[in-house]
Amino acid sequence: MARISLKSLRHAYGPAPKGPQDYALKEINLDWQDGGAYALLGPSGCGKTTLLNIISGLIIPSEGQVLFNDRDVTRASPADRNIAQVFQFPVIYDTMTVRDNLAFPLRNRGVPEDKVARRVAEIAEMLELTPQLGQRAAGLTPDAKQKISMGRGLVRDDVNVVMFDEPLTVIDPHLKWKLRSKLKELHQRVRATMIYVTHDQTEALTFADQVVVMQDGVVVQIGSPVELFERPAHTFVGHFIGSPGMNVIPCEVRDGAAWIGGHRVMAAPGVAAGRAEIGIRPEFVGFGPAGLPARVVRSADIGHSRVVETRLGETKVNAILPEDAAVPEGETHLVFDPAQTRVYRDGWLAAETGAGR
Amino acid sequence: MKTWNNRAWLMVVPVLLLVAFNALVPLMTVVNYSVQETFGDNKFFWAGLRWFEEVLKSPRFHEALGRQLLFTGIILLIEIPLGVAIALAMPRRGPWVSVCLVLMALPLLIPWNVVGAMWNIFALPDIGLLGYGLNWLGFDYNYTQDPVAAWFTMILMDVWHWTSLVVLLAYAGLSSIPDAYYQAARIDGARPWAIFRFIQLPKMKRVLTIAILLRFMDSFMIYTEVSVLTGGGPGNSTTLLSIDLVKYALGQFDLGRAAAMSLIYFVLTLLVSWVFYTVMTRDEPQ
Repeated sequence: MARISLKSLRHAYGPAPKGPQDYALKEINLDWQDGGAYALLGPSGCGKTTLLNIISGLIIPSEGQVLFNDRDVTRASPADRNIAQVFQFPVIYDTMTVRDNLAFPLRNRGVPEDKVARRVAEIAEMLELTPQLGQRAAGLTPDAKQKISMGRGLVRDDVNVVMFDEPLTVIDPHLKWKLRSKLKELHQRVRATMIYVTHDQTEALTFADQVVVMQDGVVVQIGSPVELFERPAHTFVGHFIGSPGMNVIPCEVRDGAAWIGGHRVMAAPGVAAGRAEIGIRPEFVGFGPAGLPARVVRSADIGHSRVVETRLGETKVNAILPEDAAVPEGETHLVFDPAQTRVYRDGWLAAETGAGR
Repeated sequence: MKTWNNRAWLMVVPVLLLVAFNALVPLMTVVNYSVQETFGDNKFFWAGLRWFEEVLKSPRFHEALGRQLLFTGIILLIEIPLGVAIALAMPRRGPWVSVCLVLMALPLLIPWNVVGAMWNIFALPDIGLLGYGLNWLGFDYNYTQDPVAAWFTMILMDVWHWTSLVVLLAYAGLSSIPDAYYQAARIDGARPWAIFRFIQLPKMKRVLTIAILLRFMDSFMIYTEVSVLTGGGPGNSTTLLSIDLVKYALGQFDLGRAAAMSLIYFVLTLLVSWVFYTVMTRDEPQ
């Protein structure tokens, strides 16, 4: 178990990077607390797997340091770091039985055979693999194989961190949900630090206590699922998390308030005058007799609620209404929940209404 | 609904004809010869299974078969491990990959009789680089007179000629292993030997099965290179089955005996290939 700190980490895959555009990771400073359940969330190509491989030691970063409990391990090999990693596709040793697969990381480290047997039995029990222990691993279904990969990650009780690199990609949807809750449960039982890399917000938000959102090699925000939802630090986070994502509406700041086309939307104390954006989640957009004039374009039933798409001038604004609410048609007025409306400038959070803090 | 249309058989007629003319008809001709005594003027007399009995009982056949098995055994024992070792040592990516692959493919591109001729000259004790060099180093080496030297040259030639095939197949097997396996093994703390034993070897198993089968069949039926290199000599020391067969068929025009022998030869090759294949794919998951 360890606290993991990343200090001024940068990484470029090519030699001699010239500018920020050559870096897959740009200046990362992060602390992972011991025993936390973290998710690393971002679109494909944002650098999350690179970051993971730097922590596990499969990649040596171009610049910066990786510390485990203040010990510099930047150049240490994966075996030295005592970490575990589960990959996107199941990695199993075909010729071995399930039992030998689970025992492999322990035997390689010379753990006494009675302890190996005990740990393997425990892990198999947790992952519901006990009936298959004597079977050859090669003949199993993909989800059982992935459970074996996870089991090999969890079998050592002294690992500093267990990392999952999009481990549910090859799993059928109905089993995904099952394995995900299993992982959550495992984290509560073994209390190891876990880092879960994914581009799927549902996976990230259900698994993690803290979600690290990345974009273009930069950490955009770290926070609990609720914080990411209610207070996105960047419009990217607003877009990326939520379905549909946060509405971003161009506005103007003057006289200490934000204005959209002549209508005062909210007070914006401390924000310099000029162009900015209003960010509001569809969940907090309502309709009323007065407010911002807008036009309803279409609405779609998404099962438990209804998404209404409107146009505010040229800008598309989504609203989410309860299933049974009356859907307005044609010209109407939008009402923003003042406690959940934020002002962004250049993408970053600039101010929020007084009610928020 | 299933519809039957027997005209579909017409579609396979061309391939049936092809197989008939290049396999079945010649094979049946051989079967025909093998049960008859042949004289000049196209006179044939029924001989029954006498030729088969004679061949199976003849010490000459036993000796040739023994030499054949010894030769195949030795080259399999050398070429398979050596091929795997070379494949493991080859770079996995970068500009050197294609250089290595081309170098490896070169011996395979040379016509077989040229291989024999090359080694015939290369190993000559008076003018060949290998032969002269070995004698210069103090070895008494003359493959035209000494059976051990002849065997040494023959095996060296086959290893030079065919190890590349094993290398290329093993390399193909190795390149199909995803990086994640190596990464997982590093994280699991596996040593190089464990990586070879539990990842690389199992993943190469299929291609190695093919490599062993190909090398078995080719070496069991080898004729051209050995014929050009030693012609079966000195004495009969390198007379393998195929060389003996040709001596009977074309040297002595003993058609009945040669036909019986080639049928036995054919069944043996088939049988051993089948055994190899069954053993190696025995515990394959379905």
